[in-house]
Amino acid sequence: MQLTKETLRKIEEVIPRYPEKRSAALMVIHLVQDELGSISNETCVWIAEKLDLQPINIQELITFYPMLRQTPWGKTHVRVCRTLPCALRGSYATCQKLESKLGVKEGHVRDDGEYSLEFMECLADCGEGPVVMVDEETYENIDEKEAEKLADLLLKDKLEKSTEFTSYEDALVSAPVKIRKISPRKRK
Amino acid sequence: MIKKKTPRERRIILKHADDPNYSNRIQCYQREGGYKMLSRALKMKPEEIGEEVLKSGVRGRGGAGFPAGMKWKFLDRKSGKPIYLICNADESEPGTFKDRQIIYKDPHQLIEGMMIAAYAIQAKQAFIYIRAEFFEGARILEQAIDEAKKKAFCGNDILGSGYSCDLVVHRGAGAYICGEETGLIESLEGKRPNPRIKPPYFPAVLGLYQCPTIVNNVETLCNVKHIMEMGGDEFAKIGKPNNTGTRIWCVSGQVRNPGYFEFECGALTLGEMIFDVCGGLMPGRSLKAVIPGGSSAKVLRADERFSGKLKDGTEFDWGIEDIPLDFDGPMAAGSMSGSGGIIVMDDTVDVVQAMANINAFYAHESCGQCTPCREGCLWMRKITKRMCAGDAREEDADLLLSVANQIEGRTICAFGEAAAWPTQSFVSKFRDDFIEKAKTGKPEAKEPLQLI
Ligand SMILES: Cc1cc2nc3c(=O)[nH]c(=O)nc-3n(C[C@H](O)[C@H](O)[C@H](O)COP(=O)(O)O)c2cc1C
Ligand code: SF4
Ligand code: FES
Repeated sequence: MQLTKETLRKIEEVIPRYPEKRSAALMVIHLVQDELGSISNETCVWIAEKLDLQPINIQELITFYPMLRQTPWGKTHVRVCRTLPCALRGSYATCQKLESKLGVKEGHVRDDGEYSLEFMECLADCGEGPVVMVDEETYENIDEKEAEKLADLLLKDKLEKSTEFTSYEDALVSAPVKIRKISPRKRK
Repeated sequence: MIKKKTPRERRIILKHADDPNYSNRIQCYQREGGYKMLSRALKMKPEEIGEEVLKSGVRGRGGAGFPAGMKWKFLDRKSGKPIYLICNADESEPGTFKDRQIIYKDPHQLIEGMMIAAYAIQAKQAFIYIRAEFFEGARILEQAIDEAKKKAFCGNDILGSGYSCDLVVHRGAGAYICGEETGLIESLEGKRPNPRIKPPYFPAVLGLYQCPTIVNNVETLCNVKHIMEMGGDEFAKIGKPNNTGTRIWCVSGQVRNPGYFEFECGALTLGEMIFDVCGGLMPGRSLKAVIPGGSSAKVLRADERFSGKLKDGTEFDWGIEDIPLDFDGPMAAGSMSGSGGIIVMDDTVDVVQAMANINAFYAHESCGQCTPCREGCLWMRKITKRMCAGDAREEDADLLLSVANQIEGRTICAFGEAAAWPTQSFVSKFRDDFIEKAKTGKPEAKEPLQLI
């Protein structure tokens, strides 16, 4: 397991924020997963040692929380909201459209590792459903038709620069903080 | 999404959020007078702040509507243990998207509210527990905290007052149960978010690290700042008695213009919200049902009558459109205003499918500690899913009710009720639709909208 200096630095910075080391577990796992894409058994042991815990204390988190992973998602991970308000505006059709366009079944990673697709529970943006997240960006009102266009742009790697789709994050009045728009493992 | 204020709204919390000349940076917040209240508050006695919050009557905006001032009073100060403040920014109740607007667009308001609250309860440290799907939200908060620290609005020796309180952003990892306050605390301790057995009923007695802890929602904590600016008595004049202040309502589902809207409590009815503020239903549709307070609240049927006596003795006889939007209105109608998430369904909705969708949510999110909840939610999902797959039986309605009734009141946390209430209300109020499913044998072809 190899982590960049930057990640190691952030880990050292996060741990002392808490009165008890164990509290830092989720934040440390996030930092590691952001870089490696998932948490292997070996990584679990490493994190546990870092926090003076047993590996099972980390394992039990990885296996509980929906967003923690034992195997990585694809290079681009697409999330679609499944819950009632979004479903009432057509999110099931959105998800099916993305399945066919991206060539990957919901809950899976495409064979070449490029894309993965996940049906999520409420993403707290229900007024603008169906809500689709591409990596860390939130796209609103993505019905079946919009999903087709969005997927086309995504497949051509033109989504980020397109003027047709502006994410919730990009629409904010201020310049977004975006330290890391593309996850580091993609940059490599 | 930027949502401009609609004419009748009274925006206090969202006053600046959607202003094109306003950003989430500290310069904007200070330009509008931000952090002045904090500096005044630090010159007051902590108990005085608590008194104002109590006088304001402000009720928690996270779901249960418990008076914040009263909760603060429960704090165990005798033990001498450190006190913690936690902001619940997990926002995961389906239909709710108000805290998001505050976090992304006006984070400093939350930080100022939190620091005033932290000083009032003399917290040693404060945390913001934010759901992990708010990737950018967490970064915005971290940036805002950095900005605030540089100007001594939080951290060490705040504004030279001698009071210090660090503020830390903690990210969840996609589990709804982390919104339940004791689950949240377990999660913050680095464990699985299994909610704790009650008593103690309030983390104010035993919370984070077995120390007295206050957990408040994002919107509640923002209100603290405004209460202090106005004074508790003035704040109490906004809205209605026992329903003070404004509320941010989130409308989703099948209306023309969904969105978030801040109104004084009780300023409008459910009908006015749906038909005036949100522009009504799609052309040619009629109202079928409304869930008034996030998916955990009991569903209201469009043609139901609600009658009874309010707490103050006045009698009421309402149709669904007459229900006042405050804390007590939806409660009087047998449901609750919960987190303020209003989900609208029109006549194209197959209620059995809607039920199946909701059940899938709860089956996915149960933490699994209590057998009735873990197994019950799973069975409710299985039964409704089977019904939608064309294999409904006439006895399913009663079966669903019996499963739901065996969850309610038999679990460690209120998730049990949150999962049972939708089923109980859907099945009893739309019994005919559930029976019909069994008779027609097949999923109705007229319904192209897939919900499960
Ligand atoms: C299953 C469940 C989920 C909850 N989810 C949230 C949530 O996402 N956000 C929130 O603020 N409160 C949530 N709550 C309510 C919290 O437990 C707690 O009452 C609230 O944060 C207290 O803050 P308030 O008094 O300011 O409302 C949830 C409660 C339950 C039982
Ligand atoms: S009621 Fe459900 S969510 Fe709550 S503790 Fe029990 S199993 Fe967990
Ligand atoms: S239901 Fe999709 S964001 Fe809430």
